[in-house]
Formats: sequence, structure tokens, C-alpha cells
Amino acid sequence: MLAAIGVASTEELFEQIPGPLRLGRPLDLPAGMTEAEVYERLAALAARNADAEEQVTFLGAGMYDHYVPAIVEAITSRSEFLTPYTPYQPEISQGGLQVMFEFQTAMSELTGLPVSNAGLYEGPSSVASAGYLAMGATKRRKFVVSRGVHPHSRETLATYSVGYGAEVVEVGLEGGVTDAAALAAAVDGETAAVILQSPNFLGAVEDVEALGAAAKEHGSLLVVACDPMTLGILRSPGECGADIALGEGQPLGNRLDFGGPSFGFFCATEAQIRRMPGRIAGETEDVDGRRGFVLALQTREQHIRREKATNNICTAQALNALGAMVHLAWLGREGFRELGELLVRRTAYARERLAAVDGIELLHEAPVVREFAVRLDAPVDRVLDRVAERGIAAGYALGREYPEYDDALLVAITERRTREQIDALADALAAAVAAERGEKPSHGDGKSPQAASERVIA
Amino acid sequence: MTLAEAPMQRERATTIYEKSKAGRRAAVLPGAEVPETPIEDLIPANLLRSEAPNLPEVAEPEIVRHYNRLSRRNFDLDSGFYPLGSCTMKHNPRLNERVAALPGHARLHPAQDPRRAQGALELMYLLQESLAEISGMPHVSLQPSAGSHGELAGLLLTRAFHADRGEVRTKVLAPDTSHGTNPASVTMAGYEVVKVATNQRGGVDMDDLRAKIAEDPSQIACLMLTNPNTLGLFDENIEEIAALIHEAGGTLYYDGANLNAILGRTRPGDMGFDIVHLNLHKSFSQPHGGGGPGAGPIAVSERIEPFLPRPQVVRRESSGGRDPSFDLDFDRPKSIGRLRGFQGNFGVFVRSYAYILSLGADGLVDASETAVLNANYLKARLAAGRAGERLPVAFDRHCMHEFVLSGRPMKNELGLATLDLAKRLLDFGFHPPTVYFPLLVDEALMVEPTETETKESLDAFADAVEEILAEAETDPDLAKNAPYSTPVRRLDEVRATRKPVVRQQLAD
Repeated sequence: MLAAIGVASTEELFEQIPGPLRLGRPLDLPAGMTEAEVYERLAALAARNADAEEQVTFLGAGMYDHYVPAIVEAITSRSEFLTPYTPYQPEISQGGLQVMFEFQTAMSELTGLPVSNAGLYEGPSSVASAGYLAMGATKRRKFVVSRGVHPHSRETLATYSVGYGAEVVEVGLEGGVTDAAALAAAVDGETAAVILQSPNFLGAVEDVEALGAAAKEHGSLLVVACDPMTLGILRSPGECGADIALGEGQPLGNRLDFGGPSFGFFCATEAQIRRMPGRIAGETEDVDGRRGFVLALQTREQHIRREKATNNICTAQALNALGAMVHLAWLGREGFRELGELLVRRTAYARERLAAVDGIELLHEAPVVREFAVRLDAPVDRVLDRVAERGIAAGYALGREYPEYDDALLVAITERRTREQIDALADALAAAVAAERGEKPSHGDGKSPQAASERVIA
Repeated sequence: MTLAEAPMQRERATTIYEKSKAGRRAAVLPGAEVPETPIEDLIPANLLRSEAPNLPEVAEPEIVRHYNRLSRRNFDLDSGFYPLGSCTMKHNPRLNERVAALPGHARLHPAQDPRRAQGALELMYLLQESLAEISGMPHVSLQPSAGSHGELAGLLLTRAFHADRGEVRTKVLAPDTSHGTNPASVTMAGYEVVKVATNQRGGVDMDDLRAKIAEDPSQIACLMLTNPNTLGLFDENIEEIAALIHEAGGTLYYDGANLNAILGRTRPGDMGFDIVHLNLHKSFSQPHGGGGPGAGPIAVSERIEPFLPRPQVVRRESSGGRDPSFDLDFDRPKSIGRLRGFQGNFGVFVRSYAYILSLGADGLVDASETAVLNANYLKARLAAGRAGERLPVAFDRHCMHEFVLSGRPMKNELGLATLDLAKRLLDFGFHPPTVYFPLLVDEALMVEPTETETKESLDAFADAVEEILAEAETDPDLAKNAPYSTPVRRLDEVRATRKPVVRQQLAD
């Protein structure tokens, strides 16, 4: 090979790197390891994590411990899906392109909006991309955002806004849902987008249509972040008047993976199709009239439009979107609705069980699908530690991101959380709260389980 | 005509929706186990959906067959040579998939208390340390989700760095050879792009750079550079470039898409860069997944560190002889904030850390050396044949890990566009190189073989190009109408943009 190149050694090929810039020493990294050694090393690290096989987890906050069917892994691990790149050569990428098309159809059905892309990085950065789209669509620079939107989404939007020069105005919550009067007051003719989340971060279902009226009145885009697993039950964002519906896709066919990779979905009205971020597959025909799929509307994208592109995204999360599509096909039309109903009922049960515990009350009584918030009459972090000793992750402490709810815990339910586990959670929380309260004067309100359950149903 | 050994599946495309029959299903869900209260009693009717969304109704065996059939309509790296320039299509070790799937990784909730996620945080910390050493930069954030996300992060860091000094700068310089994501990120970060020309040797045109800076040095926020650049050439003037930008008060940004050329040979930090992104799905073997997932960690110099995204993975020393612990640090007052949810694409971190452990210090250097050797060999093999005349290399020097050919003579003399050559290569069982990029080169083909390929596969590719050029001398239509052996032939892409059909219309 060297002879064909016309050099005596590979060193000559690196001579284009100026001498002073050459490292001139070995990298300060360990020597290579065998496959078995690497496995042992990483297995040892993995063993130091309390995962959802070891702990019964009620953690949610945007990512949920659903059962991912075995066929998802079987299909996503096929070389033909795992190892190619972006389908720039459609003739040899029909498999991936068709998956994108099917995925777009399914997400469009879920959200009730006609246009879907093939996925973005994850939920929060999708919110920031919606903001960028809204600025381009309205030529305005203000976002009105509910505090019910995931704190990571709000923070990501704020980070991006510093770059593209937008102002973010937050609207507070009242009784667990967005304060409608405050929202209406905050939206004006400068508002590019009104951004809501339903169910919101506290688990409460928002009345998106009613809240969205303020956006319609001022010509702002209505952007709704949603949890895809709730869309078998809840009225779709499209039906509620959303211009953009997006969200974190992890619950569909993706593992927890300590937070990623997952994917973001992004759907919109026809009016926004040429401003969409990300890849979109489109149906077309080949020269022989055979049905085929290609990357559509590439003139939006960075590799064609460069500085005039509608977004900078290139590599996204194609394999994760495939996982979602397979999971959705596995659930099917009926299964998807049934799963939603299961979540609603088990969550209602869990909410009632916890609310009946002495020293626990509901943070809000708004309707919920799969997640709810409770207040503890004891320090949340200490209660979490006590419950963890019983092998349970009780939920997400709200205090860091909502100082006003520093006594509150967000509890998530999936179809994997059995009644027995929910009962165990209630018992563990009861014991933990009681133990913590034992160290100070008790203020039990003596409420009966019956009274608590009436509150929930009301 | 040499066709791929196993012709790809060519039956007419049928979607999963078209296989749907009412009442069929795969999933069996657990029973409610709790009171089956009517849903309307739990959620007000005006918030409920009247009809379930239309999802396909298909039994599990048919789902599996459907996606297996679709998979056979894809070409992939495990099936053959994939010399897609600037994409580093290197082998994806299956060990990495195995360790990423361990429950301790795959079923770890991202909001798990850091005290109960010590293994994950330590892995992230060790990967940060490894990437710091490889890039020659002292600090790393793993948060960005891909290269373009890292670019946006870098530009926001630049803005924060200048704002902290009371400066507002508006312009970002980028060579005309830059990846499309660079200018797109610049606009998204609220800056204006200023293009810098390329010189006769394929590097930054220093006179043009000086002139663009001189227009108003106080407005220069940053220069974004790929080195080796998208022509596969190392810019020998990098030290001077760095000095010019730093003198103007700007930051120097390194697009790490081409890092595979220089692992352990030279480091962006030593070249004077302030901010670097690394594509874990390129240099560090994360599978490309048909377009992701990837990850685009950023490495930065001391002066940029205070602004890194939040949270940052840190190591906390313990007292009393106990082991150090790892934590998420949110207390970063100058941070640009979050760029995404939770901590980043952790599953990708596991795979890339496994890759770095497997190769080790020597292995990484070997990988780069072989990648550069392979690229130069293939370049020489092509130049020795018909391609030497018809597809000359755009800048005739030793290349690094990739090189760029110009199809202009081929088009003029044989009537074959670069696109035709690319499509004909499909019939020979190869993924074509990146085409029509960089924009600077007329009818460009950008070839990156990576260290994965054997001499035999490089020879086979060179032979295929030779054969296509030879057949075109007598029958140019053969290539112009290619491909023939693929599931579909050339597709009407114009229609897909003019009248986009982006979802299936479903009869209810």
C-alpha cells in the first residue's frame, strides 16, 4: 500500500501536521483491553446503579419505566437498521425511509396534526426548536410559557432564546394547572408562541383548548408538549387547536438509559410544513412508476440551505423512532387505548391510596392520567431515603425546580407498577413519614381513607 | 455488470398500515387489578378523546416479518463498503451494544438519586476525562446530543464568554468548505455568517481571513473550523489562524467531525482551539442508526469552562480514606444552562467508553493511522486508473482520512454526472461517497474509507469505479439510467418537495 502511495512509511502522511503541533507522546489512556475485560469493567460500573430491576421505581418526570416488548430490540438491533446513516441515497435506503413515513403517520394520528417529522433529539430541545419555528412564522420574539411545562424544557428554551434573541415570560400555576387569567394577561401582539404542556409537569391535564384561546386571539402559535402514552385517552392537541404538538418520545419503545438516547416528536399544521425542523420522509415514485420514499422538503435543511436552514439539526434519533414505531404497532389501535385506560385507573388508585396516608395530601386535585403530586408532612429527601431502604424509588422531589413545592413528590405509574407495588409504596411512605414525624410533634389531621378518596374523585 | 450478490428485496412497498385488519393485535396487557372506574368519572369528558388514534392492527408475527422485509430494503455498513465522506462509517463493535443493554445502564432512571447512580456518573466522568485527553482540552460536557447540537452549544458559550466581558459580537467566520450545520448553527445562535475563502492548497485563504477580520475585529465572535477540513487536508496555518482570531478577541471552534484522522497524533487543544465538539457516532463507533442516535460532547479551554451547560458531572473527593463520589453539579452561576433534558445520550456514552477502553492509547493511534493509510491508498489506486483523468483529486496532496474528487472532467468528457457514478456504484454493491460536497469542488465526491476496510475492499471499490468509467466510454446511458438492482430505481425527489405526501391517508 505504501508503494502505491509512493511513501516509505505512514509517518510521511502525517508530515502535513506541523511539528510543534504533534503530540509526540502516547495518549495518557490505559492500554487496550480484551472484549471480556471491557465487559467485566462495564458490568462492574453498571452494578453500582440502582436500576428498575433492583428498585421498584415510581420516578417519571418525562421518562417512564414502561415494558418495551422484545420485538423492539430484535428489530432495532438488526444491522440493516443499526448501521447505515442518513438515507441520502434513497434507492438503497427504502427500509429506513418507509419506517420514517410510517412513524410520521402514527405520530400524526396521535397528535391530531397533519404533518410530522421523523424525530428530533428529545423533548426539551424540541420545545426550543418550536420556539425558533414560531419566531420565523410570526416575526415576533416573545414566548409565553406555562410553569407546568417541564423545567428542562423551560430551561432549554431559555438557553436557546439567549442565542436567537427571544424573551421568555413564565405564567404560574393555580390548583395544579396553568393560571388562565395570568396567561391571557401575558399574551399580546408580540407573542410568537404560547407554550403549554398537558399533562403538565405536575401530572395535571390542562384544558388546552380554553387556554389556547389567548394564542388564537393574538395570532400567536399554540405549542403543546404532550406525553405520547396519554394520547390514547386525551383529546389530541390538534383537536384542541394546537399549531405544534411535540414531546419526549421515550415512553414509546425506548429504554430509560439514564436519560437518553430517546427521541423528540414534532407535529404541526400544514401551514408550518416548510418551516419544520428535522428530516421528513415523503412518498413518491421511481422512473418505473414503483412506489418509493425519499427525504422530502430537503430545501429546509442545513445540508442544502446552510445559514438559511429552518434548523441546524442533522443527526437525530432515527433508530429510536423505529423503536417507537414497532412499539406502537405492537400495542395497536386497541392496545394503545387500553394501556391509556390502565394508566388512568392505576394512577387513580395510587393517588387515592397515597392521599389516605396520614401526613400525605394531594398537591392538586386536577384530573391526571399517569402521574400525580403529593405533599409530605416530612422532609422529602429523608422520606425518599427511608423508602429506598425498602427497595422503592418513591418519586421525583419537586423542590429543586419548584421551590414553592419543596415538600412535594411527583409519583409516576406505568403498566409495570402492580397494585401490590402501589400498596407497598403507600405503606413505605406511611412508615417513613410517620418515622420522620416521630422526631417532632405530630400534626395528624386524622382524615379517613374514605374522605381522601372522595376528594380524589371530586 | 457486476451485481451485488444478494439482490435487495424488490417487491412493491406496503406499509404496516396497509397490513392492518380490524381486531388483530400483538400486545397482551395486564389486567387493571384496581377498580375499573369509568374513565369519564376520572377525567372530564371535554378533555377526553372521542376515538382512539388510528394505529395499525397487526399480529406479532406479521409485525416482525414487515420490519424484517423493510430491513432488507436498506444497505448498511455490516453489508458492505460505506465510504461516506465526513461520516466515519467505521465498524460498530457488538460488545458495545451488549454493555449498553445491561439493566444497570438500560433501566436506570435519569432522575435516580446520584448516590444510587454512582456507576453511571463515574462512567460519564471517565469518558469526560478520556475525551479531554484525546482533544487536549481541560474540560468536557457530554450534554449535546449530536454534532450540530455541539456547534450550537459552542456558539452559545462564545456569546456567554463575550457577554461576561461586556462585549457583544455579531459575526462568525466559517470557511466555504464548512459542513452545512456550521452556518445553520450560526444563524440559530443569532450570529451572522461570514464566509472565508479557500486557498490553492485547500486550506484557509489567509489573505481573505485577514481581510474579513480587518473589516471590524471587534465584531468577530468566532471562527468555526474543521481540521483536517472537509477536503481531507490538514491546515498547516492553523497556529497563525488561531493567533489571528485570538488577537481579534474571538473564540476558535473545532468541528470534530474529522477527528478520526488525528487521534493521538495532534489535538485541537494544542492547535489553539477554545471549543471542540466530538461526534461519538463518528470517531467513537456509536452505530449511526439510519440517522442517529449520536452524541456531540464539547471540550473547552479554561476560559470557556465557567459557561459550560448545567448540570456537569463532577468528582467529589471524600475524607477519611473513603472512595471519591460522583455527582451532578447544578451550582454553576455562569452556565449557559441546559441544552436538553436530563444528562445527555447516556447509552451512547456507554458504547463510546467501551470503544475507548477496547482500543486503548495505542489502538486509537492505530485506528487513525490505518484510516489515513487507507484513504491515501484508495486515492492513489484511483489516480492510477481512468479516474486519474476523469475524476481527478481536487487538491493533489497527501490527504488525511478522506479525499475529494472532482467529477467535472467525467461530466464534460463522458457526459456522466457525479450523481450518475454514485447511482451506478449502487449496482456494484457499494454505498457511494458523499456527493456534491464540499460545494467548493465542482461535481464533488468525498471519499472516507475508514480504518475498517481491508486492502481487498478498497481494491474492489477502485475496480468498480474503473469499470464504470470504462463502460461509460462505450455506453454512457448505462450509468445515466442506473441503478437497476435496487428495490426502487431513481426516485422523483422534486415531486416529494413540490407536493409533499408526508403521511399515509387512512380510510378510518
